[in-house]
Amino acid sequence: MSESRRIRLKVNCEWRESRAAPRKLLVDFLREDLGLTGTHVGCEHGICGACTILVNGEAARSCLMLAVQADGAELTTVEGLAAHGKLHPLQEAFREHHGLQCGFCTPGMLLTAYDLLCVNPAPDEEEIRAALSAVLCRCTGYLGIIEAVKTAARRLREAISK
Amino acid sequence: MAAQRFIGRPVKRIEDLPLLTGRGVFIADLPFANLRHAAILRAPYAHARILGINASRARGAPGVVGVITGNDVARLTRPFAVGVRAPVKYYCMATGKVRFVGEPVAVVVADDRYLAEDALELIEVEYEPLPAVIDPERAAAPDAPVLHEEAGTNVACRRKMTYGDPQRCFEDADVVVKAQFKFPKYSSTPIETYGVAASYEPGSGVLTIWANFMGPFILHSLLARSLNLAENRLRLIVPPDIGGSYGIKTSIFPYMALLGLAAMETGVTVRWIEDRREHLLAASSGTDRVAYRELAARKDGTLLAMRARWLDNVGGYIRSPEPGCAFRPIGNWVGPYRVQSLDIDAGVVMTNKCPTGPNRGYGCGHLYFEIERMVDMLADKLGMDPAEVRRRNLIQPSQFPYRTPTGGLYDSGDYPAAFERALKTADYAGLRREQVQARAQGRLFGVGLALAVDPSVSNMGYISVALDPEIRGRPGYLPKSGATEAITIRIDPLGKISVILGSTPQGQGHRTILAQVVADEFGVELDDVTVTDEMDTFTRLWSVSSGSYSSRFATVGASAAAVAARKLKAKLVKHASYLTEIPEQALEFADGQVRPRAGGQPALSLKELAGRVHWNAAALPEGIEPGLEATAVFGFPEAKSPDALDRVNSSNTYGFIAEVMAVEVDPETAAVKILRYVSVHDAGTIINPLIADGQILGGALHGLGGALYEELVYDEDGQQLCASFMDYLVPTAAEAPQLQIEHLASPSPFTPLGAKGLGEASSMTAPAVVANAVSDALRPLGIEITELPITPSRLWHLIEKARMRKP
Ligand code: FES
Ligand code: FES
Repeated sequence: MSESRRIRLKVNCEWRESRAAPRKLLVDFLREDLGLTGTHVGCEHGICGACTILVNGEAARSCLMLAVQADGAELTTVEGLAAHGKLHPLQEAFREHHGLQCGFCTPGMLLTAYDLLCVNPAPDEEEIRAALSAVLCRCTGYLGIIEAVKTAARRLREAISK
Repeated sequence: MAAQRFIGRPVKRIEDLPLLTGRGVFIADLPFANLRHAAILRAPYAHARILGINASRARGAPGVVGVITGNDVARLTRPFAVGVRAPVKYYCMATGKVRFVGEPVAVVVADDRYLAEDALELIEVEYEPLPAVIDPERAAAPDAPVLHEEAGTNVACRRKMTYGDPQRCFEDADVVVKAQFKFPKYSSTPIETYGVAASYEPGSGVLTIWANFMGPFILHSLLARSLNLAENRLRLIVPPDIGGSYGIKTSIFPYMALLGLAAMETGVTVRWIEDRREHLLAASSGTDRVAYRELAARKDGTLLAMRARWLDNVGGYIRSPEPGCAFRPIGNWVGPYRVQSLDIDAGVVMTNKCPTGPNRGYGCGHLYFEIERMVDMLADKLGMDPAEVRRRNLIQPSQFPYRTPTGGLYDSGDYPAAFERALKTADYAGLRREQVQARAQGRLFGVGLALAVDPSVSNMGYISVALDPEIRGRPGYLPKSGATEAITIRIDPLGKISVILGSTPQGQGHRTILAQVVADEFGVELDDVTVTDEMDTFTRLWSVSSGSYSSRFATVGASAAAVAARKLKAKLVKHASYLTEIPEQALEFADGQVRPRAGGQPALSLKELAGRVHWNAAALPEGIEPGLEATAVFGFPEAKSPDALDRVNSSNTYGFIAEVMAVEVDPETAAVKILRYVSVHDAGTIINPLIADGQILGGALHGLGGALYEELVYDEDGQQLCASFMDYLVPTAAEAPQLQIEHLASPSPFTPLGAKGLGEASSMTAPAVVANAVSDALRPLGIEITELPITPSRLWHLIEKARMRKP
């Protein structure tokens, strides 16, 4: 086993630094070394999407990346979505539309939806479904989540046009 | 009854805030000092003898604290009790023989998971492969390879039961329809896998296990016995959040024993988080079934009798609570119909597949798939509209409470009204007209119906019907019955309310539900109530039936909360009567205060009364116990043990579901497109419609997943072919159909709030309704769907075959 390496990265707007073995998965690093347990592990093979975070502004699966690969990167995890104690419109809308039950897929869903709305602020239902199909949820039947994303997209657009 | 300001309203969940901000606490998030990690070596063969295990290299590997093998398990633990007479020895890890691919063979405990997995590769196991059997009918044959030599057969249990006079009914019938059905092995695959942590304190002799276990807590007794511990030395703690379960996490208990043993043997605190491959290979799933059914009827469509013979495939071991799949719906075996005669031959077989257990809809998905398909086949044979056949046979509103021939006591309902509502909402007549047009254009358009009686709160006694009545009648046999939940409510010195319980929610919002119930009982705001729901067998009140399964919480949990609140209010009224010298009968508790029934003053607020009780305990009058708390243990008196004729009220409340679905099948790709899906539910009083509809939506997609996509497939040698989410396809947001939900409310007379369960709900009707809709679409080709899942490839072959038959 090779020596651990120093990793410095910006997580949720804050620079963090720690050591990790070269083989350590990014998701394990976030959860175990940085104490950010909001990012969840559901499959470790890149399908369930529970581990989705933003890496340099784009959605990525933290179970398919090594921690060392994220050295110097800028990450956003679910812990970084609410600003100054105020829920992000997506979080608000998930609550209103019962877009979560057990909450295990939720961090991945939120960041995937966030990524979608960055790229496409006015997605139609088909586009929302296509984007969200990157994350598996076994509780909700998805309809509440789809509605939540529609609502949040609308509110974000309204906020910008104001 | 207290005024209802919150019950029945779509109150947003208390649970959501931490979950939305990454502050949920799941098993993998629990902090421990000095935590070590376990990894599990698993069998590569479906059936093999273990000739030897050499773990010495693994023991010396970097960071390894210890290795546990089957020899340790055989020496230090006892096999789990099983629910049948067959002498099946089921240990928490393979001892001597492996019986399914993925069965645990050794456990490594190391400083981290990476090191534990490294060490697994250093363990050498010598196997002697044996012939495997995976098909239940094949396994039941006399010449099949036998999994458990002590048992001498793979048949774990077989019960023949007769109710009414089926033989005569079949002789007198104008028509009899017959069919064979196959129900697949699928799993609701929670996104959070199994996870267990364990720690042993030699001083006190207490083993503490943390696990995302959902109950029933009868399994606590099984665990304690298997680990040779007194039950009060086995502490079981469930983390605040569980990432979904849908029945599947009931079957985590062998891993709880395994990790408990690892903690006791190595002396360290150890955690194991299952990976997805392990989960799909070796956790649990629903039960696959082969069933042969016959339905006897008159030519006017009146159903006379049902005959069924089935084989449930429980995999390598019959693991508790199996054979529950075969018997859980016994009280509702006739569904919503007035049938009086049944002939049942229920067989349970072990094969070299992963063991099974509860999966959302436990046993009911199978039941209604078979019954509802038969009703459609009958309608087709009689040339009647399938809606009309159903109408003619429904139990009528005046017949409640209705005793079924198998002992079920349906508490309330208006089945015809709910059914008509579903037909109307879906515009059934319009869909039929659309179908005529579509067919004229050569399109495969179909309409399906499915009805179900939705049982909730299982009676612990039902499972004993797996034993012959003769055995149950022997002196010394301990009858089993009941279904209870305990809740404590406490009022603090400043008048705020705490509710404490030990249920094991997996996303169903129990804390929100109880806040609504208790706030309404006391007439206070939601904010005035705090609900703590973290199961800990050392601090919570619990019994064998505790846990969150069989759609029980809105029924038994909410009832316990209401009863506890009422006890506490009675105490407050008593105290107020003493203080005001107004007789108790002339006082009432309402809107957060005790006041004269006639209105006016004096009104004593909760805060004031609480202050007096807490701060001036010595001044309390005789007959009033100090303290302000009340505990209620709610149970159902009708949850009796089975009688000598195998009749048992297997659940405690019974809702009703009526569904209509329209589909179109693409003749080229055989893809099934759902065009319309309406689901009408009668689950009595709905406490929170937001949560209720969420349960229905989630359940429907589980049922559709099993009906259209999901199957844990094995090859002839017992190798499992879908051990990742790449191969085991679950529905995504792209596949989720729109579902229109409607509610009717026939309150249960057996619960103080009138609520019934609906957590499983449409998971039990979705397979039936989609199979009926697809069969209807394919009627011009003469295809009946009798096997699930209806994957495009399976359907395409059926269509091709039919086309060859009729060019
Ligand atoms: S855990 Fe990363 S995709 Fe499933
Ligand atoms: S909310 Fe449970 S998996 Fe999505």
